[in-house]
Amino acid sequence: MSLIEVEDLSRTFVVRRRAGRVRRTTDVVHAVRDLSFDVERGEMVGYIGPNGAGKSTTIKMLTGILVPTGGRLSVAGIDPSRQRVDLTRRIGVVFGQRTTLWWDLPLRDSFDLLRRIYRVDPQRHRRNLDEFTELLDLGALLDTPVRQLSLGQRMRGDIAAALLHDPEILYLDEPTIGLDVVSKGRLREFLRRVNEERQVTLLLTTHDLQDIEQLCRRVMVIDHGSLVYDGSLAGLHARGESTRTLVVDLVDEAAPIEVPGARVTRVEGPRQWLSFPAGASAAPIVASVASGYDVADLSIQEPDIEDVIREIYSRR
Amino acid sequence: MAEPLAARLAWNTRAFLMLAGMWVRVSWTYRASFLLMTLASVVITGIDFVAIMVMFTNVDSLGGFGLRDIAFLYGATAVCLGLADLVVGNVERLGRRIRLGSFDAMMVRPVGVLVQVCADEFAIRRLGRVAQGSLVLAWAITRVDVDWDPARVLVTVGMLVCGTLIFTGIFVLGASFQFLTTEGSEVANAFTYGGNAMTQYPLTIYPREVVRALTFLVPVAFVNWYPTLFVLDIPDPFGLPAALQLASPVAAVVVCALAALAWRTGVRRYRSTGS
Repeated sequence: MSLIEVEDLSRTFVVRRRAGRVRRTTDVVHAVRDLSFDVERGEMVGYIGPNGAGKSTTIKMLTGILVPTGGRLSVAGIDPSRQRVDLTRRIGVVFGQRTTLWWDLPLRDSFDLLRRIYRVDPQRHRRNLDEFTELLDLGALLDTPVRQLSLGQRMRGDIAAALLHDPEILYLDEPTIGLDVVSKGRLREFLRRVNEERQVTLLLTTHDLQDIEQLCRRVMVIDHGSLVYDGSLAGLHARGESTRTLVVDLVDEAAPIEVPGARVTRVEGPRQWLSFPAGASAAPIVASVASGYDVADLSIQEPDIEDVIREIYSRR
Repeated sequence: MAEPLAARLAWNTRAFLMLAGMWVRVSWTYRASFLLMTLASVVITGIDFVAIMVMFTNVDSLGGFGLRDIAFLYGATAVCLGLADLVVGNVERLGRRIRLGSFDAMMVRPVGVLVQVCADEFAIRRLGRVAQGSLVLAWAITRVDVDWDPARVLVTVGMLVCGTLIFTGIFVLGASFQFLTTEGSEVANAFTYGGNAMTQYPLTIYPREVVRALTFLVPVAFVNWYPTLFVLDIPDPFGLPAALQLASPVAAVVVCALAALAWRTGVRRYRSTGS
């Protein structure tokens, strides 16, 4: 049995709108439609999609916050909406845009309160707290009230809080939103470690595709409530027919370069951009460019996953 | 998988004390403000009763009741509302919690979500109303012309328990509607604080229809009016059955059952917010 099992999961919302002075119309919005997937223990899954695609709705059903309107789901063998309180001990949840900590309490007191709420053994709590304090560099922050923490500091606090009771699954909703590059990098490093060393299964939604590239071997793409892709990152590139770009700096301005296997997409003075399929080798193209033209410099840009996803969306 | 009801109840009570205790400690860091607010609460609720006393310098009875009897009614409803307000009063902030998203955070913690909503921002200064009501009630108990046999003692204690439960139920019932609207509704307040204001006086000052409404529709008459008739040995002025005078536990159970149902339905139908 998989750790997370989702089968034909649906959630509709009834939206009442005012149409005219008194009359009201009722619309049924399908936030999530017939979603099916499994997640195995120890996986790190990136869950992506545009705003309003149904990412948060899915997470909220997996945590028991929202009751599904159709389908079946089981998390660690538990039906989240029916046994929500039992499930809470086995999962951790981080909402990127808001804290689950107590605004007025110093971090240390928040952690201690959580220990008592989750009934974590004091020694185990001590051990976890020490480890997270070191890895997330929380030492200097423990006595600061949450409201005085910066966004990045607060996020680290929130992630530590979500892990203190040793959950089997950690859901992260936009964990890197608003963080600077350095903080993002450290956070990803930490998450990777948690996944490897503690075997915590991670499911994260994000807008930052770097998160996915650096963390997740598996990606699920959702659009309009349905899964449009579920598989490896490489597979996603292939599916989106992504391209790599060869940037050529010529010695002088010239007419668009003509070589087999690539085409010019942009010209700016002596600089030209040539795109070619991501699956193809760059060597023959580079060779023919170098032999036919006076080249000052060359560089290759890797495909942008964002473009790949845009491509998938636009084709639907 | 589910724990037995008793264990769950005990755990949630403990969790409530933990969370509420944390808020008391937080408010204690702003000691001066905390003490002033508590004092203000005692004074403000106290002015209520002072007004009644002033009234009695001009009249001997109100609706056929003397000052001591009215003090008994007043003290009882003040203690009941005060206790209910202390424990579950914060439930009226449910709509705001939903809008801010903190309700979602509560739903992923291993404590009943109602307990968390009520304990959040727990304000011990609300004890002011309980303290003031207790003083008035204690004074009334020593002055009313009652032969305190076991039955009357029992009904008086029962009155405070059931009255608190009735107000508690009304608070939760009213707040449950915020799952639909997410707006803080004044409707519940009309029944809790409003019910309290009405039951401070003998119901004989109101028309018969109002008394019926307060008995069968929003049963706040069971908070203090009916038990008081029994304790003070007064025949029902509206000629309603004497059995009502001992029916407060029934009213409390009905109100709380409805409240529990409404709350559960609300949680199951909760829609969260976007994002």
